[in-house]
Amino acid sequence: MSFSRFSDGGLIDRTRSVRFSFDGRAFEGFEGDTLASALLANGVTLMGRSFKYHRPRGLLSGGASEPNALVTIGDGPTREPNLRASMVTLRDGLVAESQNRWPSLGFDVGAVNSALSPFLGAGFYYKTFMWPAGLWETLYEPLIRKAAGLGRASHAPDPQDYEKRWTHCDVLVIGSGPAGLMAALAASRAGARVVLCDENSGFGGRLLRDRVEIGGSDGPGFVASAIAELAGNPKVRLLSNTTVFGAYDSGVFGAVERRDGAGSGPAQRIWRIAAKRAVLAAGAEERPLVFGGNDRPGVMTASAMRGLANAAAIRPGNHVAVFATGPSGHETARDLLARGLAVTLVDARADVPAPDLAASEGARVLKGHVVADATGGKAVSGIEAIDRATGKRETIKVDALAMAGGWNPVVHLACHRGDRPVWDAQSGMFLPPAPRDGLAAAGSAAGILDLAGCLASGAEAGAQAATDLGFRPRKADAPAVREACGGSTGFMTLWHVAEARGKAFVDFQNDVTVKDLGLAVREGYGHVELAKRYTTTGMATDQGKLSNVTAIGILAENRGVTPDRVGTTTFRPFYTPVSIGALAGEHRGAHYRPVRRSPLHHWAERHGAVFIEAGAWMRASHFPREGEPTWKEACDRETLAVRSGVGISDASTLGKIDLSGPDAARFLDLVYTSKMSTLAVGKARYGLMLREDGLVMDDGTVSRLGDDHYLITTTTAAAGEAMAHMEFCAQALWPELDVRLTSVTDQWAQITVAGPASRDVLARIVDADLGEEAMPFMAARAVRLHSGLAARLFRISFSGELAFELAVPARQGEAVADAILEAGQPFGITPYGLEALNVLRIEKGFITHAEIDGRTTPGDLGLGKMVSAKKDDFIGRAMLGREGLQRADRLQLVGLRPVNPAHRILAGGHLLEPDAAPTMANDQGHVTSACWSPHLRSTIALAMLRRGRDRHGEILTVWDPLRGVETRAIVGDPVLLSSGDAGKARPARDYPPVTPAAPRAADWLDGLTVDADGRVRLALLPEAPVYLVSGPTGKDAAVRKTAQAGDGAIRPVQPGQALAVGQAGESLTDLQQRLGAAAELSLCDLSDARVRFALTGPEAAGIIATQSGIDLEGAFATSGASAPTLFGHVPVQLTRTGQDSFEILAFSTYARDLAESLARSIRLLS
Amino acid sequence: MASLITCPHCGTRPKEEFTIRGDASPVRPQLGAAFAAWDAYVHLRDNVRGPMKEHWQHSGGCRRWLVVERDTFSHAVHAVTDAAEFARGQAGGPGPAAKPARPARAAKAATAAKGRGQA
Ligand SMILES: [Zn+2]
Repeated sequence: MSFSRFSDGGLIDRTRSVRFSFDGRAFEGFEGDTLASALLANGVTLMGRSFKYHRPRGLLSGGASEPNALVTIGDGPTREPNLRASMVTLRDGLVAESQNRWPSLGFDVGAVNSALSPFLGAGFYYKTFMWPAGLWETLYEPLIRKAAGLGRASHAPDPQDYEKRWTHCDVLVIGSGPAGLMAALAASRAGARVVLCDENSGFGGRLLRDRVEIGGSDGPGFVASAIAELAGNPKVRLLSNTTVFGAYDSGVFGAVERRDGAGSGPAQRIWRIAAKRAVLAAGAEERPLVFGGNDRPGVMTASAMRGLANAAAIRPGNHVAVFATGPSGHETARDLLARGLAVTLVDARADVPAPDLAASEGARVLKGHVVADATGGKAVSGIEAIDRATGKRETIKVDALAMAGGWNPVVHLACHRGDRPVWDAQSGMFLPPAPRDGLAAAGSAAGILDLAGCLASGAEAGAQAATDLGFRPRKADAPAVREACGGSTGFMTLWHVAEARGKAFVDFQNDVTVKDLGLAVREGYGHVELAKRYTTTGMATDQGKLSNVTAIGILAENRGVTPDRVGTTTFRPFYTPVSIGALAGEHRGAHYRPVRRSPLHHWAERHGAVFIEAGAWMRASHFPREGEPTWKEACDRETLAVRSGVGISDASTLGKIDLSGPDAARFLDLVYTSKMSTLAVGKARYGLMLREDGLVMDDGTVSRLGDDHYLITTTTAAAGEAMAHMEFCAQALWPELDVRLTSVTDQWAQITVAGPASRDVLARIVDADLGEEAMPFMAARAVRLHSGLAARLFRISFSGELAFELAVPARQGEAVADAILEAGQPFGITPYGLEALNVLRIEKGFITHAEIDGRTTPGDLGLGKMVSAKKDDFIGRAMLGREGLQRADRLQLVGLRPVNPAHRILAGGHLLEPDAAPTMANDQGHVTSACWSPHLRSTIALAMLRRGRDRHGEILTVWDPLRGVETRAIVGDPVLLSSGDAGKARPARDYPPVTPAAPRAADWLDGLTVDADGRVRLALLPEAPVYLVSGPTGKDAAVRKTAQAGDGAIRPVQPGQALAVGQAGESLTDLQQRLGAAAELSLCDLSDARVRFALTGPEAAGIIATQSGIDLEGAFATSGASAPTLFGHVPVQLTRTGQDSFEILAFSTYARDLAESLARSIRLLS
Repeated sequence: MASLITCPHCGTRPKEEFTIRGDASPVRPQLGAAFAAWDAYVHLRDNVRGPMKEHWQHSGGCRRWLVVERDTFSHAVHAVTDAAEFARGQAGGPGPAAKPARPARAAKAATAAKGRGQA
């Protein structure tokens, strides 16, 4: 008779039936079932096929270690393969499918492998597929891939949401069996913050599956009251369906919470748990016994069979055999006998302890016997028992077979930090290593197998963890306990049954048999790490959770050594498989990384820009018009417009750094190659920054705004690197210099107006004399617009034309850019993008990071004059003097033009002497930048050429084998376009001034509020002026006090820096006056560089935990706490404004991305 | 997956908030120091197994440069100090106008450079 369901009992809810399907057949189970228990209740014991031999397989261990019953859940894009049926909570409409069979589970063609098994032994991959090598790609590999049948992914994008969260606690308890529950109770009663995780859907572990008595109640009753107490404690977080999969540095643990079937929210959630102490109470796995046919469906561990009978009321037929080496088999016999089944108990021990016999009274007990073979087809139908004293065989018909081979403590997480488990010969178990980094094992994970011992050990571990952290746990009395076999625990070690005739499996998932391991030892692979690779034992999804210890035992036996001499394989995360989707969280697709948008992003969008990713930025590539089929036509038009008239483009993405302090000039001399201290106020200078090894790091401009006040610009590409470098110089190299560096990239919308008519256009906008004398080349001035708006104007050119950069506060950018467009209308002003910008600069031989590629010196770039010989010291000076960096035959910047203007040159091509063979030795250099110049009607390029400056006029071959292009090109000066149309300025006519409209918030921010039923609400706070207050070392108190005068809150950034926020609607000047900063402090306006959000509601802290690893219940628990932190990948200043309310000061260029990210997390709540 | 660093200014944060630079012990030589001293400062690093002082920046937080004393083998973090404090504390820590590089260090570096050159 097959498996079925008892008519009563179990923890299932028989009033609520659940419909599901398995391999297309409809079934019904009950709420409280797992997929495995529901299938067994329906008589389905065949759940999968094995990996190599395609043998029929059923449920084996029934837990996280389950190697056989692997299924695919779901269809369509959410299908998830390789799930253990024992870990899948049954839910209505669940669609499950078996794996690794074709065409069906019952009739599987691959099972022919079983007949071929003599050829498929250990190492068959290495032996069979050796020769001929050519067949690997065409035959063997595709064949192996097809045969290697675990589940299939859907190959469609996963539509589900995933989330990651941080949580912090004093004590993390892993596992909620008797030890875990007691640990959590002890620690939480002492006042500690506790997180309790269990990978099953219900808490309690074996207390739900074994018939025991604790303090007068049964297991489930004890669990219910313990969980009720823990749930009522606000300092305790209970996480069920949550597997702790890794123990990492500094007490951080990774866990995955499966929320399948939950009506809303993420499908899975990754928890990063920062725990000061951890109690590993993960229990122990029952060891399967190794005999012939031990893999037949219907053969399972004794604890699995007992648990299914007690918790899910599964009846394993009428007559069950139990093969035992210890008390667990007798306990299973006891529970099945109580249900009226007939039990034959085959006990390998000749002397069975009296308490074990007392428990299994009523069973037929065969002492000193072993099961040599289990017989049957797709299910077990009988056993062959052997009396080891006489050798007599007996065949017994059975419906199912339970195996109790002893226990393997689940030590994995105790070993993730590099330690190895310790072999204990006395008990025959590998025990966890000594506690490390605050993690200690308790209960059966520590090798304590009796219930009373587990409870006591858990309570002690919980109390110890609390004590370590300064809590004072109360001494609690251990509850009275009654359990099977009087709590006897010892078992006999029996690695395998030598009398077996059939295949005796050690690793069920990989079909590794006793014979395979023997072969591995004979062929010299007796070390466990070698045997693993040779036989594949311990690989695949279960990573040998059930099999490794037995495999070690058998290897040891074969080699005649003790198991500790064989060693263990290395334990690494992940404890169980975790889907990539869960690990990626929200960072996928368009949100793979944060997107940074310029203050002129919306402006460019409105004018039809096509955007291109440039680092984190989205930059306008070109502004196509009707009739322009590709970007090239738009680029040509934009380029021509700049040189012949005027163009407007966005330079806001350049890195902008505000530098102030009494030592600012001295500092600049140390980080730039040229002498910046001689720069006059109101002037800008081009500068080069080197790395300490003498190579160019970045270029940009320095503008002196005041005696001790500079604005530094960097390239877009190296903005982050340059800022971190200067901070390093200021803080770590020369801390005695009083300088204050602030990134103001987000503060300013920087608008380039370039072309001969640029002055005429800007005259309509800027209320200042823009003439050659008042505003000469490289002038840098504070100006006012006709509207009165304060702005900065720079006469800087990256196009070689008359050009200006106008900087206005970011929120004004769009309106000012529109005003400039209007003002430029009579001059035919044209918006231009990155492509045109690139052509304009190549034509003039201006460099970017295509040329500054980490290998070039100032001299290589033709900028040797920018290295001041008079200066004392600067970063890179000493190493720049190296012989190798001064050699004459270095690669030098040149310009290239094809001999035939219609021929192409592409960046990346290499330069060769005409007719020279393309070899490394003949390599003369490479093309760094190339484009079509509409002015020269030719392709042009910049290149780094060996001795390039001496070779102007030479003809070389540009060799580009990747794209199959070979072009003859003439070497020349990098300035390819000597004089454009510059100077051809039109006669200025008197046009009236244009005043920008009042700025309005970008559409995406307008009225932004996201609300999840009042549980959490994200809202934009009204604009208010913001200053960064900075002071010298030691003036932190003055800085904070000054900043606090803004709105009463202290928002410290770093020692000597704090943010001051004014009242909503207040003017910057009013705030400045109210702050009344002392002269030694500096104020940097960040009003437009920050956007303020409010996050409020009881779930606000939970939403923040999806973004930041800051501990909101530690130092941040009190209102008024404020600190800079990272939200996802975006920096913010977080301030707690109340128990359930937070202020987030975000960088304005990231604000939209951040708001979208927060909104997504909030939507997952509702 | 994760680990934590305690910033002396901001408190305990995940390491994702920080950016590593490398060994914090080399002291920038003075201009005019022997070439070998510069070579050692820029190029020569020991591959330490065990305790080491490194420069990290709290780039996702206060943006201060820190000196993190940690064990490269066990990953245990022993101490974190502000880099400015560390620099001031380094014996003979040179400023732009301070003493020349310590002779012992330069000599050691010269030996190291020579040794490697021959290797
Ligand atoms: Zn910090």
